[in-house]
Amino acid sequence: MATEKKSVKAINFNLGKQELDLLTRLCNGVAVSGDEQEVRQIVLEEVKGLADEVTTDALGNVLVTKRGTAPNRLRVMLSGHMDEVGVMVVKDSEDGTYEFRIVGGIDPRQLVGKPVQIGRDHKPGVIGAKAIHMTTPEERKVAIPVEQLRIDLGPGAKVAIGDRGTFATKLAVLGPSLRSKALDDRLGVFNLIQLLKHAPANVDLFLAFTVQEELGLRGAKVAAFSFDPQIGIALDSTPANDLPAFDADEENARYNTHLGAGPAIYLMDGATIGDRRLVNWLSESADAAGIPWQYRQPGTGGTDAGAIHKTRAGVPSVSISVPQRYLHSAAGIVRKQDLINTFKLIHTALSRLDPSILNS
Amino acid sequence: MSVELVPHIKELLAAAGLSGNEAPVREILEKTWKPISDELITTNGGSFIAVQHGTGETPRPKVLIAAHMDAIGLMVTTIEEGFLHFTQVGGVDPRILPGQMVNVHGTAQGSDKAQDIPAMVVMPPVHLLPADAPTGVLGLNHLLIDTGLLPKEVEKLVRVGDFVNFAQEPMELAGETICGHTLDNRSSVAALTVCLDILSRRKHLWDVYGDATSQEEVFGPGSITDPVLVRPDLAIVIDVTFSKGPGGNGYRTCEIGKGITITAGPQDHPYLVKKLSKLAEALDIPCSIEAAPAPGGTDAYSIQTAESGIPTVEIGLPLRYMHTPVELVSIKDIRRAGRLMAEFIDSLPADFMNEVIWE
Amino acid sequence: MKTEKTQKNDDLMSLIQTLVETPGPSGQEHRIRETIKEMVTGLADEIRTDALGNLLCRMGSKQANGKRIMVSAHIDEIGLMVIHVDDNGFARFIPVGGINPLTCLGGRVIFMNGARGVIGAERLEPNTMPKLENLFIDTGATSAADCPVKIGDVCGFDRPMLDLGKRISAKSMDDRIAAVIAIMAMRELAALPAAKRGPNEVWFVFSTQEEVGIRGATTAAYGVDPELGFAIDVTLTGDTPRAYKRPMALGKGACIKVRDSSFIADTRVVDWMINEAKSLGIPYQMEVLDAGGTDGRAIQMTRAGVPAGCISLACRYVHSPSEMVDKDDLNACIKLTAGLVSKEVKL
Repeated sequence: MATEKKSVKAINFNLGKQELDLLTRLCNGVAVSGDEQEVRQIVLEEVKGLADEVTTDALGNVLVTKRGTAPNRLRVMLSGHMDEVGVMVVKDSEDGTYEFRIVGGIDPRQLVGKPVQIGRDHKPGVIGAKAIHMTTPEERKVAIPVEQLRIDLGPGAKVAIGDRGTFATKLAVLGPSLRSKALDDRLGVFNLIQLLKHAPANVDLFLAFTVQEELGLRGAKVAAFSFDPQIGIALDSTPANDLPAFDADEENARYNTHLGAGPAIYLMDGATIGDRRLVNWLSESADAAGIPWQYRQPGTGGTDAGAIHKTRAGVPSVSISVPQRYLHSAAGIVRKQDLINTFKLIHTALSRLDPSILNS
Repeated sequence: MSVELVPHIKELLAAAGLSGNEAPVREILEKTWKPISDELITTNGGSFIAVQHGTGETPRPKVLIAAHMDAIGLMVTTIEEGFLHFTQVGGVDPRILPGQMVNVHGTAQGSDKAQDIPAMVVMPPVHLLPADAPTGVLGLNHLLIDTGLLPKEVEKLVRVGDFVNFAQEPMELAGETICGHTLDNRSSVAALTVCLDILSRRKHLWDVYGDATSQEEVFGPGSITDPVLVRPDLAIVIDVTFSKGPGGNGYRTCEIGKGITITAGPQDHPYLVKKLSKLAEALDIPCSIEAAPAPGGTDAYSIQTAESGIPTVEIGLPLRYMHTPVELVSIKDIRRAGRLMAEFIDSLPADFMNEVIWE
Repeated sequence: MKTEKTQKNDDLMSLIQTLVETPGPSGQEHRIRETIKEMVTGLADEIRTDALGNLLCRMGSKQANGKRIMVSAHIDEIGLMVIHVDDNGFARFIPVGGINPLTCLGGRVIFMNGARGVIGAERLEPNTMPKLENLFIDTGATSAADCPVKIGDVCGFDRPMLDLGKRISAKSMDDRIAAVIAIMAMRELAALPAAKRGPNEVWFVFSTQEEVGIRGATTAAYGVDPELGFAIDVTLTGDTPRAYKRPMALGKGACIKVRDSSFIADTRVVDWMINEAKSLGIPYQMEVLDAGGTDGRAIQMTRAGVPAGCISLACRYVHSPSEMVDKDDLNACIKLTAGLVSKEVKL
């Protein structure tokens, strides 16, 4: 039996100058979990005049409502988290160097020898390491624990205890790719803003620009309670471990996602079992519009959907991610086309979303 | 002040009140708080709340002050030849247990006829332990509790699931300090009493909910469910924090008796941190900022994310030797914390929430 | 001719067999939910399915002296999800819920689409413990192309129930045996004359996604908004050779939970259960569980807080494909559950 497939035309969307400018501002902003002010400001500016309601809640989430115009609209919450992983200054050594701790998850091996930026005014600093001349071969085999590292801002420099910072990487366009420190999850934030600019008329959009995702989905929890949606969708970024296996004859069975293969739809991660109705709706939408897509391999980790689906009496939820290499390091790499296709998929799927999906 | 602080602290420390069985603490608080509150609530989660009505126009904004009242301790898991096997309630370092005096809250005759049985934690001789038992520190699973009673007496009095609390008497030490078990977090409960006591003589505009929360040391139903019951506009959480002392000098520690802390981390609304710090300075209350990179550690974890979210701020009382039966706190710091909270609440204008913004 | 007692035993065994042998790992509870829904239609006054797939069944309406009581038994089971099918048709997987690699070796699985397979392992050095990532499912396929399963497909363990006389062994006793207890208690309640069913509004919840973190009961409890509640689940025992020290044992009656590693039962609820067991002459034992959580947590933590507890059935070899329970314990749990909800409750 052949299944009838209606062909749908996806929105015409590309990364023009305006879009790249916005991405650059979003990605170069510093918004470590717990202090997302810089990105919040950009978001508030961008959504101004486009939404029915905009509020900032008790945790600092930006909650944006945009109602559709067609009858029988579903209440759909989409979340993209504003926060990123980084560091927090915890102790002043009184000589321009500071003890610090990691906020969220960063492999301590990624820290050494990197430039950083600290505080709201992006004070430049570095994380140094002892000269190789003064180390023993044994020492060089062991990762330096974060407790022994210091951020050096130069003699006399002052920041406040509790100030946060990130790697000082600027967004770069590398041929078909983008490279930045904060693609996780400014790409989600970017897509939410684009969605507001190209809002489908058949749904009520509840856009949550969330905080503290990297600290345990804390922003999304309260945002979902406030919105009380019928469907939840988290827009995030997920690792692409699609590098070749060291032993070339071994098949890489744990790639998570592949760069360039399109948006990654979640079946299950450590925090959520994706609602199969929504998983199928997304993949069918992509197929109908000829948008490439992939499953994100079921595994651990979590997105805002983990908090959203357990809200109140329950919210059917799913996640979509842009595949990214080298998350939570000085810079990750994504394919521009994956980002474009992720937006096209969300837009296409929402445009053909029908309330009957919840009755199946 | 109408409540005498030191006897109040000592009375709180003498009560058992392990996580999940806080009734003995509720009884003390009912007696102490009744004269200084308008209403008292025992919640379904086991917390105990004193309500003080404000003088502002209704509907009045509400502030929740949370100080957990539960204690860590032990619980009977198996009874064998009159000896009790046990597990922990909250985080107990097994190294402090051998030779520790405890009370077993025996309920085999029914909870209404419970009996406190003095007992001690003992270390069985090595040849009686299984071959795979560690040779150094014994874990909880290899230690036993001996009541000194005959096995059939024990069977009559004790049942599986009975709570066991530390029996160490509180002591006053030099430098206006107090020492004993469960200063985490009864010292904060005492600070809450100080705060309620001061506020009972003030004409504050806001409604005040002083909440001695349940089970912070374990699963936290108090901090998860109380904010849903109270629906406060903002919340202050007071708990103990680490003090410098033997074996503890990291960035998270501060000096005992040299003032309280205000936490700056993801659980703390930056505006409230700023406001409270400025007030402490104006009142000459010594106070330092404690940096918190990650959430967790106090009731603020759940209170901040209850329902649509609540602006929350955390105050810390420096304490030495946390989770041992000889915790040590400065009495001065308890008074300082109580006073700072009271002055803060008394200073709140009716429309204060308009000020609480992200900047 | 069968005696009434044998007939009753046969009916119970067939109910258990149906429930334990219907596949339904976390997130894939549709089939087991429909099976149970059919069984309880006619017993409940109202039945609904919520956003996370929980089956909510109401019996009775709340009277002036009554309470709204939630009784939760989870219907999901542990299972496996395919993450990759390699070129030769072997399916790699991740666990759905807590899976011990040791109990996987040589195991058989059944997929929701009916496909079957066996679990194999990569080469193992002697005396090493396999990890789940060293295991794979062999469906008999010869290549990825002819493999009957693909990424995202879910399977449960495949093993028939074994009636051992006084005891029964099966996979997924955790927690289908609790669904049996709930269904039997519903039947007992329905068999009572209306005047004897008590003043309570009782919500029997067949919850989902417990094995992945008590998710279904969390939203079910919010939806039911109970004033009192308890979970029914299995608990570990200490009655096998060189076991961990645990007081729970097969054949010693219904377990009344004091705590597990997800919550501490409300002491008033514990007393309520003990008193009811005593007054009905039901054998019971006290339970302190050092590992594992239950739906009781979700009930306790919902909204402004709910007094909550848990009745457990002692079960050996939990999370293996051969879990074992005792029939007398089972009956004690059924009687206790029915007794508790059919009377006025004063905590």
